[in-house]
Amino acid sequence: MTTLISPAMPRTRIERLRWTLADGWVIARSYLIHLVRNPTAILNLLFYPMVMVLLFGYVFGSAMNVSGGGDYREFLMPGMFGQTMAVGVMTTMIVVATQATRGVTDRYRSMPISQSGVVLGRSFADLVGSVLELAVLLGCGLVVGWSWHRGIGAALAAVGLLLLLRFSLIWVGIYVGLMLSPESASGAWIVLLPLTMLANTFVSPDLMPGWMGAIAEWNPLSATVAACRELFGNPGWGGGSWAAEHALTLAICWPVLITLIFLPLSARRYRRLDR
Amino acid sequence: MEGMTSFSVVAEGLRKRYGDTWALDGLDLAVPEGMVYGLLGPNGAGKTTVVRILTTLVRADAGRATVAGFDVATQSAQVRHHIGLTGQQPTVDEILTGRENLEMWARLHHLGAAAARRRAGELLDRFGLTEAAGKRVRHYSGGMRRRLDLAIAFILAPRVLFLDEPTTGLDPRSRTEVWQSVRTLVADGGTVVMTTQYLSEADHLAHRIAVIDAGRVVADDTPERLKSQIGGDQIDLVVHEAGDLTEAAGVLLRVTGAEPAVDADTRRLIAPVRDRIAALTEVMRELSRLDIAVEDVALRRPTLDEVFLNLTKERTAA
Repeated sequence: MTTLISPAMPRTRIERLRWTLADGWVIARSYLIHLVRNPTAILNLLFYPMVMVLLFGYVFGSAMNVSGGGDYREFLMPGMFGQTMAVGVMTTMIVVATQATRGVTDRYRSMPISQSGVVLGRSFADLVGSVLELAVLLGCGLVVGWSWHRGIGAALAAVGLLLLLRFSLIWVGIYVGLMLSPESASGAWIVLLPLTMLANTFVSPDLMPGWMGAIAEWNPLSATVAACRELFGNPGWGGGSWAAEHALTLAICWPVLITLIFLPLSARRYRRLDR
Repeated sequence: MEGMTSFSVVAEGLRKRYGDTWALDGLDLAVPEGMVYGLLGPNGAGKTTVVRILTTLVRADAGRATVAGFDVATQSAQVRHHIGLTGQQPTVDEILTGRENLEMWARLHHLGAAAARRRAGELLDRFGLTEAAGKRVRHYSGGMRRRLDLAIAFILAPRVLFLDEPTTGLDPRSRTEVWQSVRTLVADGGTVVMTTQYLSEADHLAHRIAVIDAGRVVADDTPERLKSQIGGDQIDLVVHEAGDLTEAAGVLLRVTGAEPAVDADTRRLIAPVRDRIAALTEVMRELSRLDIAVEDVALRRPTLDEVFLNLTKERTAA
């Protein structure tokens, strides 16, 4: 005979928070097990950034000029950090879309668990993954001659800004992922990749045609990347436009704005799965 | 409520619209406690929609339903405390082992680490997965995955377990394994509500069956009584030559007094009979006198398939 008393639902706000955090940790941990056991995931994590650094740093880099002068690879690395954060939204989207079709989301929703814990777990897991990716990329950067020049404090602040961008994009990923099939979520590359390049990631906007440069200047990714260049002491930041002058402010405002818009939207979308 | 019976699930006038079509069109249901209740119907009949409403995943447009005594719309948190769900798509994680899967879901149910480990062990044992517990699920057979999925739905020993097509896509052997697991679940006194398109599955497992068609319950009874609704024994005859069908139908009509159902493609004739052996002997004698070659002949009870086709046919005719 099975006698199992199901744990009582949390009543106080503190208890609910504890449940949410515990659920978040369980989900994040299973993601980490995935990473450790899945050789392709590790290869993706390690090799993809290395290949990209070599490709852009040396193949394209040979023909690149930094506006205002300076070493291209020094200019490039903050762009690559930012692009990696932006492309990370793919992971969130694909996981969310896959879980929705595979019945995992249904199982969560039919269980007496904190639904925000599920979402929080997803963002924990994604942030942990991004920290790993960023660590690998920073290592690659150091190998090809990139470095930070303004002390460890400023460098950590730059890393914080990168993760802030990634955090805000989690909500975009959840919102869009709940609307798409896993196949079309994987296809989002086609839209996403150009958006990460229509920025100051690889080329200074002032070298682009005027209209395109203006879009690139105001791309949220550009703000984060420019702020990182400034904080790391790498070349290529600053410039004539207001957006370029206020990169640090924008690098905080954009992600906060994105979170303010997409966090409620994705929560609403999740609740409306019962329509 | 009728007499002493208490009901695990009660639904009244459930309606749900998707686009222009009513997936549910006034569905009523009363599932007595402690039995396997089969929801049987063709694709698109509304079976899955019923399960999704009863498991709080989807809101009904009209009507009300209670599960384990709680209203699915207004007390969904309490409902979730008393139900388990295994959907059509397995939710098991391929990269994790069977044991890790169970422990992860047990932790999400807020069992402590020790309790989660103990519960995982019990369930692995119960669902015959102890030997494979340390293997990654990616190496599991289809049947093993489904059993693991059932075990996950069973972590809190739910009072009502919902299974949405639990054996769709499984080979016959895996299907039998899953059936075995479902039987052990009700042995403990839980209620199981399962949907299926397989009549044999409903026949094997369900104590009671609701036949659903176009979003309504068109019949609700025990498998045995559903079968006898369509009549008693039948004589089932296959002639060798398609050209003999008309003449053979004439023989059946004379002997049984009923117009036989004729399927020209399979050269099969079916007619209800009352005096079984006498009728069979008479039919065979007549056929042999007319020199009609017979390929197969049998006396049998109607199958659920026929009940089902009969019920759904009536509806399309109406």
